[in-house]
Amino acid sequence: MTAELAGGQVIIELVYLIASVLFILSLKWMSSPTTARHGIWAGEVGMLLAICGTLLHHGIVDYRLIAIGLVLGTIIGVPLGRVAMTAVPQRTALSHAFGALCVTLVGSAEFYLRSPDISRFMMAVLSLEVILGGLTVTGSLMAAGKLQEILPQRPLTYKGQNLVNFLLLAAAVAIAVTLVLHPDSRSLFPFMILIALAFGVLLIIPIGGADMPTVISLLNGYAGLSAAAMGFVLESKLLIIAGALDGSSGLILSIIMSKAMNRSFTNVLFGAFGQVQASAAAGEEARPVHSATPEEAAAILSAANRVIVVPGYGMAVAQAQHKVRELYDALTKRGVDVRFAIHPVAGRMPGHMNVLLAEADIPYDRLIEMDEINGDFPQTDVALVIGANDVTNPAARSDTSSPIYGMPILDVDKAHTVMVIKRSMNPGFAGIDNPLYYLDNTLMLFGDAKAFVGSIVRELSGGHA
Amino acid sequence: MNSSSNLIDALFIFVLAGFIGFEVIRRVSPLLHTPLMSLTNALDAIAVVGAIVLVGEHKSTLSAVFGFIAVVAATSNIVGGFLITDRMLKMFKSSRPAAKPAAKSVGQ
Repeated sequence: MTAELAGGQVIIELVYLIASVLFILSLKWMSSPTTARHGIWAGEVGMLLAICGTLLHHGIVDYRLIAIGLVLGTIIGVPLGRVAMTAVPQRTALSHAFGALCVTLVGSAEFYLRSPDISRFMMAVLSLEVILGGLTVTGSLMAAGKLQEILPQRPLTYKGQNLVNFLLLAAAVAIAVTLVLHPDSRSLFPFMILIALAFGVLLIIPIGGADMPTVISLLNGYAGLSAAAMGFVLESKLLIIAGALDGSSGLILSIIMSKAMNRSFTNVLFGAFGQVQASAAAGEEARPVHSATPEEAAAILSAANRVIVVPGYGMAVAQAQHKVRELYDALTKRGVDVRFAIHPVAGRMPGHMNVLLAEADIPYDRLIEMDEINGDFPQTDVALVIGANDVTNPAARSDTSSPIYGMPILDVDKAHTVMVIKRSMNPGFAGIDNPLYYLDNTLMLFGDAKAFVGSIVRELSGGHA
Repeated sequence: MNSSSNLIDALFIFVLAGFIGFEVIRRVSPLLHTPLMSLTNALDAIAVVGAIVLVGEHKSTLSAVFGFIAVVAATSNIVGGFLITDRMLKMFKSSRPAAKPAAKSVGQ
């Protein structure tokens, strides 16, 4: 920008600078639950400043349509901010799709406004923006559909899947290169978008529910990077910064999630979990298990000093978290030390289990990360597993033939007594048999998680009344 | 407009912001990973500024229509994202000093 525009432009840029600082502070304050709510304020003020600053932009002639758009977006946004906590993963996936949709549309509009008068570098970045954006739109919609169970959650795989995906991506890149080298071939642009959209669908088809935490994080990263690319195209420093922050957040979370499953990105994206389990169903011989009634479980729990509850997604499906809080209260009142062991991939997105338990009013200082709590299981009287399966599977430590071998798990089998609430002996989502259930110190509590925990609570409080 | 120096500036900003992001987000407690994602989602919707300019400048029908949809999509992320992050963070409470002596209501 040249000096003539300086006056208004300088003010807008300074406003953007303040907004950028507020965004960084906003994320910094998320480091602890005690400061996190300041983070929201910082983010909101930054956003408001940035939008107001933008409205000062000298080129704007039509404010009506902007106002209608802002109002309409608010009308859609409010219900999306009020969904149930169990539905947060699909809401998050949907909002990745919305964010990417915005980026893709703006990128496309910029292309048609500027082309063919567009520098090679700009065209390359713009292609990156719309390819990443496009695949994130459909990929996130697919993920949201799977999480909402509108689409089948089982991974869908077919022969040559990876080859098809690779060829599609290669085709999109080839078009991008053509557009960079021959700016006149603008008729190819819509095909590049269509291919990116198709690629997004095919990318998520082979991914199962258990991999959703990684996939949502990855899509988060893509959405951020596409926004950063948009910042390059629009020469907006604020957008580059926000995109870089969001992109690094998504990538860090993806790394944490894949580590927690002992898998690489490429393995999550290109090796569907479902196909490895051919052998698992074979070991169907009925091995003996020990089971217990709610009365017996209540007696063991009330005699314990230290209890660790291991919640999994099954707890959320059964809507058992409020009953679990009652159990926590009843045991705490009896002087039992109750803590919760949280595996990084418990739930359907990073940190999901913490939110579900916090919603049920369980204090966050009782929610302990895997690495911190694993050493405590040998000194624990009872490990109570509610709706978790693979993350407690000792085969991950010892059985090199297990599909989850090497995945870090919660060492529940080291507790004096293990109690597992489970509907039946059917293998879990991933279809992997869990040797934990056949151990001598394991008691199976068969039933619906909510009903069973409710019965234990009744037993415990019955002793008082 | 010197586009190559602008490009270098933009790259500097991108790389440095990426570093800041990495260092800041590494320190976020795993407790808060879900609200972190909904917050970054809302912040990312700052892309709305690009969409607003597109709509406001009204250079072509296509750019205005695309820009309008983009404004709606991004605004819904801003509003929904901040709203749900706030709702989630409100739920995170520390241990109360003493358990409430209220009578236990047994469901069903």
